Amino acid sequence: MKKELLKIENLHVNAGDKEILKGIDLKINKGEIHVIMGPNGSGKSTTANAILNNPAYSKTGGQIIFEGENINDFKTDEIARKGIFMSFQLPEEIPGISVTNFLKFAKNKVTGKPVKVFEFRDELKKYMEDLNMNPKNMERSLNVGFSGGEKKKNEILQMLVLNPKLAILDETDSGLDVDAIKTVSKGIEMFKNDDNAVLIITHNTKILHSLKVDFVHVLVNGKIVKTGTQELASEIEEKGYGEYK
Amino acid sequence: MSKSNIEEINRNIYDFKNKDEYDYKIKKGLTREIIEEISKQKGDPDWMREFRLKALETYNKLELPTWGPDISELNMDEIATYVRPKTNISSSWDDVPDDIKDTFDRLGIPEAEKTSLAGVGAQYDSEVVYHSMKEELIKQGVVYTDMETAVREYPDLVKDHFMKCVPVADHKFAALHGAVWSGGSFVYVPKEVKVDIPLQSYFRLNSPESGQFEHTLIIVDEGASLHFIEGCSAPKYNKVNLHAGCVELFVKDNAYLRYSTIENWSKNMLNLNTKKAIVGKNAQMDWVSGSFGSKISMLYPMSILNGEGAKTEYTGISFAGAGQNLDNGFKVVHNKANTSSVVNAKSISKNGGKCTYRSLVRIGENAKNSKSSVSCESLMLDDFSISDTIPVNDVRNDDVEISHEAKIGKISDKTIFYLMSRGISEEDAKAMIVRGFAYPISKELPVEYAVEMNNLINMELEGSIG
Repeated sequence: MKKELLKIENLHVNAGDKEILKGIDLKINKGEIHVIMGPNGSGKSTTANAILNNPAYSKTGGQIIFEGENINDFKTDEIARKGIFMSFQLPEEIPGISVTNFLKFAKNKVTGKPVKVFEFRDELKKYMEDLNMNPKNMERSLNVGFSGGEKKKNEILQMLVLNPKLAILDETDSGLDVDAIKTVSKGIEMFKNDDNAVLIITHNTKILHSLKVDFVHVLVNGKIVKTGTQELASEIEEKGYGEYK
Repeated sequence: MSKSNIEEINRNIYDFKNKDEYDYKIKKGLTREIIEEISKQKGDPDWMREFRLKALETYNKLELPTWGPDISELNMDEIATYVRPKTNISSSWDDVPDDIKDTFDRLGIPEAEKTSLAGVGAQYDSEVVYHSMKEELIKQGVVYTDMETAVREYPDLVKDHFMKCVPVADHKFAALHGAVWSGGSFVYVPKEVKVDIPLQSYFRLNSPESGQFEHTLIIVDEGASLHFIEGCSAPKYNKVNLHAGCVELFVKDNAYLRYSTIENWSKNMLNLNTKKAIVGKNAQMDWVSGSFGSKISMLYPMSILNGEGAKTEYTGISFAGAGQNLDNGFKVVHNKANTSSVVNAKSISKNGGKCTYRSLVRIGENAKNSKSSVSCESLMLDDFSISDTIPVNDVRNDDVEISHEAKIGKISDKTIFYLMSRGISEEDAKAMIVRGFAYPISKELPVEYAVEMNNLINMELEGSIG
C-alpha cells in the first residue's frame, strides 16, 4: 500500500499581482521520486516556494495537504519541522555562522531533541566524505565564498543531516558539471527510502541520466500539462517543450 | 577555556537594584565646596586636592561639545558625584557586605576570578570594594590596585602619569573627571614581565541620580605585556545617570597591551567616557570594545602612536535599540615612521536606535611609510533605525597607505526564508544573522564575554519581531 505524503489540489499562486500557478494538482506518496520539468518561467520554483510558504508569494486558491494536514498557512519554519526540506537554487550566505553550528542548531529545531556533539560531528564528517566535500568547510561560514558546486553539495549535506520526509530540490542540478551531478544523485540515493519522498525541480534532464525516478510532470505556463514516467523526460530531452506551449 | 556562570543571563541580572544604601553621599551639584568635601572624604594628599580644584576651574571654562548627540538634558546640579558604599576595600569576597557581594555574584565576577582571571577589581558606586591578584604576579612586581591606594603608595608613578595622556583640558568631561574622579584601577607591569592571564575590573553603579568617575591608569613597561578587561553595568532608573570615566594607557617600547571592554550600562545612562593610549616604539595597543547599553554614548578610544613602528588595532561593535544614540568610534594619531593602524568597527541598530561611527585618522609629517586601514559595517534591522559614518582623515605626508571602507546593510527576507526553511524560527533566524555579523568582534573577546555578548544580542532581539 502506498502512503500519501503530499497532496496539492488546484493550487493558485501569485507573485505580487501576477498569477504564476494557475491550478496545479500533485500527489506524492512515500517511497516515490517525482520530477517537475518545464521551461524557464513556467512556475517550477514558485511551486517549491509555495509549499514552504515563502511570504514573497501568496496563495489565491487551492490547498496543500501534508500527511493529512492543510499546511497552506503554516509558517515556513513549522513546515520544515513537519518534515519538508527545500534545497535552494541560490543558497544564501551567512557570514560568521559555521556550517557545523548552523546544522547543529537546525537539527535541534527540526528533531526537537538535543544534538549529541560527537555523534553529530562524526555523522557530518561521513556525509561530507560521501559527497566529496572538503572537511574544512565544516568550520567555514555557511556558504560564504563557496563555489556554485560547493553550495549545491552543501544543500544536499543539509538534506542528509536534517533527514526530512519530503525533500524538494529546486534546480539543484543546474550549473553543475557532470561529476557534481553524479555526487548530487548519489546524495539523493543515500537519502531515499520507503518512508520518504523526493521532488526534483529542473529545467533540464541531465540529473535523470544518473537517477531513476517514478514520475515526471511537465509544468508549462502555471499548469501541469502532462504526467508520465522516466520516458517522458527522454522525450522532452529530444523534442523540447515546443508541443506543450 | 573556561566559562563563567554569566551564560545563564537574563535582563534581571543587570536591572536588579539594591536599596540605595551608602555610607556617604555627597550633595548634588558641582561647586568648589563640594569638590573640597569629596577631597576631604577621600583623604587626598594636597597635590590631588589642588589638582581637583584646578580641574573644576577648567570645567567651568569649557563649553559642551557642539557636535554629536544632544546632551542638554544633563544637569550637573542633579547629579551626586560621590557615593561611598557601606564598606571598605577588601581582598576577600567574604569581607564584602552581602548585598554588594550578591551583585557581583550575579554578574559572575567571583566565579570568573576563580577560573579565568589573574586578578580582579570590583567597584560599587564611587569606591572599589574588592581588589585581589594572584600571588605569582605580586612576586613578579606587578602592581594591580585601586587608584586611591596607588595615589598613596606610588605617588611618583601616579604624578608622572595621572591625566598626562588625557589632559584635563581635553574636553569638558575630562575636566569634570579630573575634579570628581573616584575609584578605578591602577596597573603597573614591570619591564619584560608577561602577564598571560587577564586582569579584570568591573564597575557597577547602583545609586540613582549619581555619577561614576573611575580612573584607570595602566603602565605596561618596556617589553612587558598585559590583557586587561573592563566590564560595566548599572540598573535602570528613571532619571539620568552619568558615567565619565577616564582610561589612560601607557604602552612603553616593545610592550603589548590588549584592552577589552563590554559596556552594558542601563538605558538612562549618559556614557561620556574618555580612553587614550600612548604607544611607544615597536609597541602594540589593541582595543576590543562592545558597547550595548546607555542612552547616549560618546566614546572614542584613541591610540597615539608616538614610537617608530608602533601598531594599534581597534575591533569594536555598538548595538543601539529604541531610544539609544551611540556615537562611538576610534581615533588614531600616527606621529612616527612605520606605524600602522587597523580598524574593524561594526554597528547594529534596531527599533529606531541610532549608531554613528565617528573616527579620526591623523598621519603626521614625520610618519613616513605608515599604514592605516579602516573598515566599518552597519546592519540595520528595520526601516526606521539610523546608521551613520563620519570619518575624518588628516594625512600630512605622501608616503602613506590609507584605506577606508564602509558598508551599510539590512537583513534580507531571502536570508530569513532560507534559515526558516531549516526549521529555525524567524526570531532565531534574525538572532543568528546578527550573531554572525558580530562574530568577528565576539571572537576577539574573552570567552565569557563572548557568551555574554551573544546573550545580550539574543536579549535585545527578543520580542523585536512584529
